[in-house]
Amino acid sequence: MSSLLSNFMSFSRINGDSKVAPFVVVLLVVTALASSCNLLMPEDSVFYVSTYTITLLGKYLCYAMLALAVDVIWGYCGILSLGHGAFFALGGYAMGMYLMRQIGDRGVYGNPELPDFMVFLNWSELPWFWQGMDQFWVAMLMVLLVPGLLAYLFGWLAFRSRVTGVYLSIMTQALTYALLLSFFRNEMGFGGNNGLTDFKDILGFDLQSDNTRVTLFIITALMLSGLLVLSKKIMQTRFGKVIVAIRDGESRARFIGYRTENYKVWLFVYSAMIAGIAGALYVPQVGIINPGEFSPINSIEIVIWVAVGGRGTLVGAIIGAILVNYAKTKFTAIMPDGWLFALGAMFVLVTLYLPKGLMGLVAQLKDRQLQNVNNRPNDKAEEGHA
Amino acid sequence: MKIKHLVSGIALSMGASVLSISAMAADTIKVGVLHSLSGTMAISETTLKDTVLMMVEEQNKKGGLLGKQLEAVVVDPASNWPLFAEKTRELMTKDQVDVIFGCWTSVSRKSALPVLEELNGLMFYPVQYEGEESSKNVFYTGAAPNQQAIPAVDYLMNDLGVKRWVLAGTDYVYPRTTNKILEAYLKAKGVAAEDIMINYTPFGHSDWQSIVSDIKSFGSAGKKTAVVSTINGDANVPFYKELGNQGISSEDIPVVAFSVGEEELSGLDTKPLVGHLAAWNYFQSVESDANDAFISQWKAFTGNPDRVTNDPMEATYIGFKMWTQAVEKAGTTDVDAVEQAMIGQETENLTGGMAYMNKNHHLSKPVLIGEIQDDGQFEVVWETEGVVPGDAWSDFLPGSKDLIADWTAPISCGNYNTVTKTCSGQNY
Amino acid sequence: MRYINAICACLLGLLISTSVLAASPSEAQQPLLLELTEVKLNKALPVLQQLETTEGADMLALFKTMLNGDLYYEKETRRLIAALKEQSVTRYSDLFSGEVLSDLSKKQVRKIKVNNKLRGYLGEAIARMQLNHPDSAVRKDAVRSLFSDLGSNTITLIRDARLKEQSRSVQEAMDVALALYRARHAEEATDRLQAIKDLEGSLEPEVRNQLTQLAENDPSRSVRKAAQTGLDKIDQQAEMYGFINQLFFGLSLGSVLLLAAIGLAITFGVMGVINMAHGEMIMLGAYTTYVVQLMLPNMIEYSLWIAVPLAFMVSGLAGILIERLVIRHLHGRPLETLLATFGISLILQQMVRTVFSPLNRQVATPDWMSGSIEINPLLSLTLNRLYIVAFALLVFMILLIVLKKTSLGLNVRAVSQNRDMAKAMGIRTDRVDAMTFGLGSGIAGIAGVALSQLTNVGPNLGQAYIIDSFMVVVFGGVGNLWGTLVAAFTLGVANKFIEPVTGAVLASILVLVFIILFIQKRPKGLFPQKGRAAE
Repeated sequence: MSSLLSNFMSFSRINGDSKVAPFVVVLLVVTALASSCNLLMPEDSVFYVSTYTITLLGKYLCYAMLALAVDVIWGYCGILSLGHGAFFALGGYAMGMYLMRQIGDRGVYGNPELPDFMVFLNWSELPWFWQGMDQFWVAMLMVLLVPGLLAYLFGWLAFRSRVTGVYLSIMTQALTYALLLSFFRNEMGFGGNNGLTDFKDILGFDLQSDNTRVTLFIITALMLSGLLVLSKKIMQTRFGKVIVAIRDGESRARFIGYRTENYKVWLFVYSAMIAGIAGALYVPQVGIINPGEFSPINSIEIVIWVAVGGRGTLVGAIIGAILVNYAKTKFTAIMPDGWLFALGAMFVLVTLYLPKGLMGLVAQLKDRQLQNVNNRPNDKAEEGHA
Repeated sequence: MKIKHLVSGIALSMGASVLSISAMAADTIKVGVLHSLSGTMAISETTLKDTVLMMVEEQNKKGGLLGKQLEAVVVDPASNWPLFAEKTRELMTKDQVDVIFGCWTSVSRKSALPVLEELNGLMFYPVQYEGEESSKNVFYTGAAPNQQAIPAVDYLMNDLGVKRWVLAGTDYVYPRTTNKILEAYLKAKGVAAEDIMINYTPFGHSDWQSIVSDIKSFGSAGKKTAVVSTINGDANVPFYKELGNQGISSEDIPVVAFSVGEEELSGLDTKPLVGHLAAWNYFQSVESDANDAFISQWKAFTGNPDRVTNDPMEATYIGFKMWTQAVEKAGTTDVDAVEQAMIGQETENLTGGMAYMNKNHHLSKPVLIGEIQDDGQFEVVWETEGVVPGDAWSDFLPGSKDLIADWTAPISCGNYNTVTKTCSGQNY
Repeated sequence: MRYINAICACLLGLLISTSVLAASPSEAQQPLLLELTEVKLNKALPVLQQLETTEGADMLALFKTMLNGDLYYEKETRRLIAALKEQSVTRYSDLFSGEVLSDLSKKQVRKIKVNNKLRGYLGEAIARMQLNHPDSAVRKDAVRSLFSDLGSNTITLIRDARLKEQSRSVQEAMDVALALYRARHAEEATDRLQAIKDLEGSLEPEVRNQLTQLAENDPSRSVRKAAQTGLDKIDQQAEMYGFINQLFFGLSLGSVLLLAAIGLAITFGVMGVINMAHGEMIMLGAYTTYVVQLMLPNMIEYSLWIAVPLAFMVSGLAGILIERLVIRHLHGRPLETLLATFGISLILQQMVRTVFSPLNRQVATPDWMSGSIEINPLLSLTLNRLYIVAFALLVFMILLIVLKKTSLGLNVRAVSQNRDMAKAMGIRTDRVDAMTFGLGSGIAGIAGVALSQLTNVGPNLGQAYIIDSFMVVVFGGVGNLWGTLVAAFTLGVANKFIEPVTGAVLASILVLVFIILFIQKRPKGLFPQKGRAAE
């Protein structure tokens, strides 16, 4: 009981420390600055931010959103999903299908109805699941619905039969692996290994123009901020508190009378939808979606972003994702061979020495400061476990 | 507050990296190298990166190009397809390279292509591929299907009297296209549908028991049978092992492969494989002065006397030579000028004879068929009479038989429909 | 396989022939031999045919050497030379006199090329020459390899040989050959009917092809009918053997899964550690095999026996190290062990890439593991798979004995059932943990030795098996070795029976989906652990 209490204490404490509002402000200011520096400054100016940097930042923010999705379920509900890459990729594919249809007759074979890869597989008509994807709103609906439905189905089955912990993690991994194999198949109708690429425009705006790129970047930043605030709010509601109670003692929560599986399913669906949105924003910015996104390693990497930032803090997950990916970009440029060593060591060291991630470290340091000033006894903030 | 510092720190360092671009002066010609140095494709691509570096070094020893030194800019797209697009953009805008040598898989090329076309870059792609593409910004120095698959099938049909065909491949775009072309080609040659068996397996497939046993029973129908293999990379070792163990020797059912070269064989015990075939434009075992020189240069450069050379390396070599010639001809590294100067360029093949750059950005090269030897090398058993011009759009696919690529005026188009006289799908 | 056998026989023959030597070249063949050194590859066949008709069995040594690709000629004198490759050294000797030509260098000789067409012909010609070979097994293989090409010359040879033949099994093979010839060429329908009758009971593919032809094209109705009856019988048999074959494929896939998963069944099942680096333990075992073969290039035949204990030690020690350094600190936090061991797996992979290069490494298969046992022409079991099934079961039994009969096993079970109580009883749980993890990793290393015979030895080896391994353990029920056994074989067999219907990719997807659904139904797997230990 006492551990539950202290856990709850530590949760609300760290939550109080996570400073969502200031973070959102910083994020939006940086976004606004970068965007205007790209569009308004001349190219030879010192303050010019290149389009390369903008797309890079956009990509990081999509990853950050994905990390947010994982943090919502792992940090707050203790569900370690090793298959979130699947929801991300599904959202991406939904967006990719829309963008493919937008190409119209500008494809290499000039077929107004069929994407190039279908012409080349000798398909005569559009498969049923491609119907309607030329409508933006349908595609956007699919971005939410497909990951959401899959998560609902999977969650409903899994949580109802109380598949938890390690088993659940392995099952999610199997799920994304099965999807990986399926999407590799050319018969599936998603372009096989090559995936979907060569996009031209979105809603009539040229994807190669700087304006569109910056707009996409800004939308990503706004979306991330919005989802961050929303997630924070959800966690402060009664629903969120039950979620945390489930994390800390599922049986107890169940004995009290909560239908824990329902709570978990809906949180899982919410998280999958965030991942889907992240994927949908990712695809137009990087210009390709292919089955590689389903690979189990990608999903595990997401978890490490969250772990590095500090799980159960939302802001931490976002910072973790941005930092690790920035390090990756830099590292792979300097010493490509060393990156996997560094990533591997990060996994080990973070789990061993930083169970609460960077945010936990910050909180710890602050505690120590307070202690030094007030000489108060340590209130054991770092004892929580998921 | 900490967060604020972090974020602003990131923003600052990004700014710094932007700054450094404008600080760089243009006193060298920059050659971008876009090959995966980590991840699954590193096995194959690292070799090509080293080849480019070797060529750059050699060119610099000769005094560089247009009086300037060449400078190689190496990036690592880490076998991650979206990263190919990102790194291409990095090379083009941040490093401002004049040319890129890179990519191996089709999907990596497809990923980089829109960026190349948007920023008007120039890339040399050195690997055999499925065709069905011709971009203004890419030169394809590897083999198109008609420079590898079709001659190989001709050889099997005419010289070995093969009547029954197994088309086995990994399930991705290159095998799919190649097999489609071959299927149409074989049918046009009068092969009945029941004499063609098509099979696709996933990447890295390791359990070949059932498939090999199917091939065996397919091949025991009394007609000479051959396997045309577009099986990729890692899946080959277990495939050949299973063939050997199930007692299928090259005299019974020869396998001709399009993705197995010297480098792949170096990871394999080749004894059970002797007599199986491969079709390429180059084999290390071909005897010519240029090849001897290239091999010894390569061994010296890598410091490893056991390193082998292979076809994509020759393609890189030819591409690089032609690019230097074209730059000299154009007198500038400007992409548009070099692109036009490239067409009609000739350079010596490592196997003797001349390679010629056609209007469709594909090379004319000889095609060789080699048999695997027990030392991991190939022995040429057949070659085409002259050179074969690479065909960007296959004549055997219904979607592309009317398409041609011609980058000279007045057509200047990568996919020009000769029936409707229109040009489609261009991004420039 | 008959060619393989023939080739093996030839290899043996080569050793004899190069030392015992052939007769010196006669006058008649000199110009032909000279022509052989000059002729183009696609024109060489007639030369060889002429050599066979004029010289007959005297050409055996020449043909065998040529078939092996060891036939060279001296550029200057144009005399034929046999090459004998030993490791990296090549020795040359005169083909006919056997005189060792130690002063010839590589530059002075040129290889006489062979291609598949010539190899095919040479194989047949050698078979014809060997119809009178002293060894009955060689004679039988010779006859069988001639089935596909029964010309009148060959038939005359076989007919003559049949009169002298003593061995029962060779006689049978020869009778099939003669009947095949008659079925094809006999003028009278009754003769063909008789031939069909004689062919009854033979499962050779050529017999089946001949019957198919007769059933479709023969002018006589009764022949067509008899052929069809014969064909139906063969097809019936073929179906049965096809089923057995598929079952064997399934069992062999199952044994691979078992080997890959069984180490995990200990670390994950007994200790509750999610060891994502398990695949890399397998990889270490496979690389150990490679290193053993590299160190002892002359002992390829025994390399696997040396590699098994070594791989156990290498992977086992690596496991103990990992347990002591990392996993120990993460006790009771299974999800964190997952992350940490995943990090370790990345480090190990990259380490292997740095040390051994990212290229796949070449691991040779010992001769005793190559080839297959032919039970009949429709059913042959590949030796390497057979050994691996046996090996997997052996490892399983040993592991079972270790866990049930040794004090280590007792301790392991005690700790896994109730850690605190075990501690209270004086068991040094941390030591037991390390030993258990070492044991599981060591077994994975042994699996690596076996897998090195089937697949690529490269940095990605482990990745290919990790998900499958987890599936097997979870499906079988964590903490239950028998469950792992049943699960591995079930999944293997299921996969192989689905594959012909759906193709390889869909088969593995279906199996995955099945497991996902199954776990929802029975979260603890096929054989759940019962009692307090389960919580």
